[in-house]
Amino acid sequence: MTVGLFIPCYVNQLYPQAAIATLELLQKLNVDVVYPSKQTCCGQPMANSGFEHLTQKCNDLFIENFASFDYIVAPSASCVLHVKDHLHAPENEQLAVSVRSKVYELVEFLTDILKVEKLNARFPHKVGIHQSCHGLRGLHLAQMSELNAAPFSKPAHLLHMVQDLELVSLERPDECCGFGGTFCIAEEAVSVKMGKDRVNDHIKNGAEYITSPDLSCLMHMEGILHRKRSKVKVVHIAQILNSTR
Amino acid sequence: MTTREKILAAVLQNQSPKNPLPDISQFKGYKENAVKTYMETFDSIGGKAFLVEDMNATKTLIRENFDITQRMVTTLPELEDIANLISPTVDPHTFQDVEVAIIQAHLAVAENGAVWLTEQVMGHRILPYICQHLAVVVEANSIVPTLHEAYAQIGEGQYGFGGFIGGPSKTADIEQALVLGAHGPITMTVFVIQPLPISDNLTT
Amino acid sequence: MKPNGTKDHAALAEDFIKDEERVNWHDGSLWWIRQKRDKAAKNIPEWEELREAASQIKSNVISNLHEYLLQFEANLQKNGITVHWADSAQEHNEIVYSILKAKGFTEMVKSKSMLTEECQLNEYLAERGIDVINSDLGEYIQQIDNEPPSHIVLPCIHKRKEEIGELFHEHLGTEKGLSDPTLLTRVARKHLRNIFMTRRAALTGVNFAVAETGEYVVCTNEGNADMGAHLSEVQIASMGIEKIIPQKKHLGVFLRLLARSATGQPITIYSSHFKKPRKGQEMHMILVDAGRSRQLGRADFRDSLKCIKCGACMNTCPVYRKSGGLSYHNTISGPIGAILAPNLDMKRHADLPFASTLCGSCSNVCPVKINIHDQLYKWRQEIVKEGYAANTKALGMKAMSWTLSSPGSYTAAGKAGRWVLKNIPIAINNKLNPWYKGRDMPDGPKESFSEWYEKNKDDKS
Repeated sequence: MTVGLFIPCYVNQLYPQAAIATLELLQKLNVDVVYPSKQTCCGQPMANSGFEHLTQKCNDLFIENFASFDYIVAPSASCVLHVKDHLHAPENEQLAVSVRSKVYELVEFLTDILKVEKLNARFPHKVGIHQSCHGLRGLHLAQMSELNAAPFSKPAHLLHMVQDLELVSLERPDECCGFGGTFCIAEEAVSVKMGKDRVNDHIKNGAEYITSPDLSCLMHMEGILHRKRSKVKVVHIAQILNSTR
Repeated sequence: MTTREKILAAVLQNQSPKNPLPDISQFKGYKENAVKTYMETFDSIGGKAFLVEDMNATKTLIRENFDITQRMVTTLPELEDIANLISPTVDPHTFQDVEVAIIQAHLAVAENGAVWLTEQVMGHRILPYICQHLAVVVEANSIVPTLHEAYAQIGEGQYGFGGFIGGPSKTADIEQALVLGAHGPITMTVFVIQPLPISDNLTT
Repeated sequence: MKPNGTKDHAALAEDFIKDEERVNWHDGSLWWIRQKRDKAAKNIPEWEELREAASQIKSNVISNLHEYLLQFEANLQKNGITVHWADSAQEHNEIVYSILKAKGFTEMVKSKSMLTEECQLNEYLAERGIDVINSDLGEYIQQIDNEPPSHIVLPCIHKRKEEIGELFHEHLGTEKGLSDPTLLTRVARKHLRNIFMTRRAALTGVNFAVAETGEYVVCTNEGNADMGAHLSEVQIASMGIEKIIPQKKHLGVFLRLLARSATGQPITIYSSHFKKPRKGQEMHMILVDAGRSRQLGRADFRDSLKCIKCGACMNTCPVYRKSGGLSYHNTISGPIGAILAPNLDMKRHADLPFASTLCGSCSNVCPVKINIHDQLYKWRQEIVKEGYAANTKALGMKAMSWTLSSPGSYTAAGKAGRWVLKNIPIAINNKLNPWYKGRDMPDGPKESFSEWYEKNKDDKS
């Protein structure tokens, strides 16, 4: 099994440590991982702003980089969902369908494909999970609070395998943080207010770290935590699962 | 082209490819405990429910629970001695000072606490809405589990007006603070009539 | 109505958010309703199946609307109700006016109807000397404050009780400082009872119209629709043509969903089935298109016509909760408003589909399973294609900066990396960038992952 490592543009540039943790974690689990160096952006920022019609070159490049792998794995739920929902190839749609079907967010790859039941990880901290909306409602990484359906949580399932980690419970376990891509700029006031309220839920319930399968949400919440000089930190779930300290 | 023709033509042209109606026959509730569920539900929505054995017991409770010196009206001949029988032909505006109206429902729904009334049992369409306090009598064996059974029983219905009423009139428009008695009745009381089982009578 | 000027959603939301204490309270009130909705939904084991059935019934309606309208019309007429058709808001208002004028009435009482708000009926009639009073308490409060409803179920949810007390003091002569909700409601009850007693014409909206029987159902908690209708000589109902349901038994599905989704109640207090006029009374039904048949023709958006106006999508929407309904500058606010409004006027409402993080909670609470967040995404594509993106200041300036640099420049990783740094909002190191107003930027790493990988890949494989 060879996995193509898809590291979204902003992760590559701003959160390399999350990408490194993803790579290392997969390798620890004996997965053969390759990082195609010519990858760039999945096109989501444009598509969510109404410019999906300009994303074909992103799609073409994505397919070129990743079509040959058995699986494509990324530490970003939002980008994975975009690829799953919107990657097309008018010249060869079959190829796009095949690529869409094998792209996985890291958590779902670990739970659904590798079926990880044991991790050699330790993270002695109180942690709050931020359910990225795209991870939750798009990729179904956990049960959605709106539905009358049995609960489950893939991120929590993995975090429970981490030694000395304590999960905190939140008042609103799956409320949006307000990042929303270009929304964070176009609707700055609402975005910041949503972010403040979200981090306050974690702070109030004693979290030392906020973790998520989505770095874009964490980037937004980190910006807010930092501005309010909070000691609470954000950390991508890959870094916790890869942690041995 | 008239407006009607224009709208209908646009609708015909734009409607989606045909989608079949789903089968909704799987939706039904359980008859067991319907009376108990009804009583609990009705209490939970701000109403007051009494389980009584007959009309006489109902009458006693009405005397105890309402100010019978005020204007009391009913459509039930059995209650003629405590309330005035109403005539369906009078002007609806004349009911504005009714304190208590007592009427009988066709059926009640356990799951949501509502009773079903048509204008025939209301006496007048306005009555259950304009009175200060509404009292409804319902037979225990006419309580159905859910709305699905209710509509099955109602069928097409020979009425010009009918309604479900599930509790006193309420509003929470001001800061989500619940206030009973927005425009309609301030209280609603339901008397569920359940005659004592014959076997009980024999054993006691 | 108070003018909203030309501000877009982002600007109006920013104004609303300035009063943070109010936002917290508004957010908390609506979240509480969302929690009541969850509890009610979880009490029904077959909840998700009911949603699916409701959605399928509405799919059937939007594929047979022509036939159902004809059937409904024939049954209305058989029941003795006069049927009118209106293609536009203007035509709707003219019909109401002509009915009242024929009777010589100069006053009317109206229960809650978002359609007549959309048509601006009150303003139209006022210009012609007809006084209309909204009888739903929340709508009445909004009317005396000369402001549109901010929520379809809870019209004045954005107002504090002290503000309502002040309005009552000014308009109903209550003592200054009175703000107790029960006492204020009692005052309104007394005042509006007098209105009901004296109005000879009453207008109601319609929640469900049954094609099979020609009856229509109006749901309220206050009983105001019934008070108006049963005391009137002329009863008028206005409904959008999408409100049809095929058969009476389908009411069982919709009435189980409606109030639970809206407020967490098992059913609205009053679910009134109007079929025939009372003796001596006239009944009129106005069937209104006003853009609905056009929306029906938009394959991506026609499912928005399934909406039963429960307001659940507003209560769950974090953007709605933090920005207030009036920031949507449209009769129907919130997520559902944002997918209905562009059909009415794409240019004017170009900002609304962008007033969302696409979190998807709206689609999950929707009792008829409208894919609201997918439609928001699709409207964004339409609006950009039609050239209206530039109309929303925020989007024009800011989102474009992401996209102006054509993805065509993605030919090499190096270039693309620079593109990201140049265009990602947080990376624009400029104090004018809105990111910095309330947030800091991440500490830049020494090297990107790709640079690290280039150096370390040989040890790593």
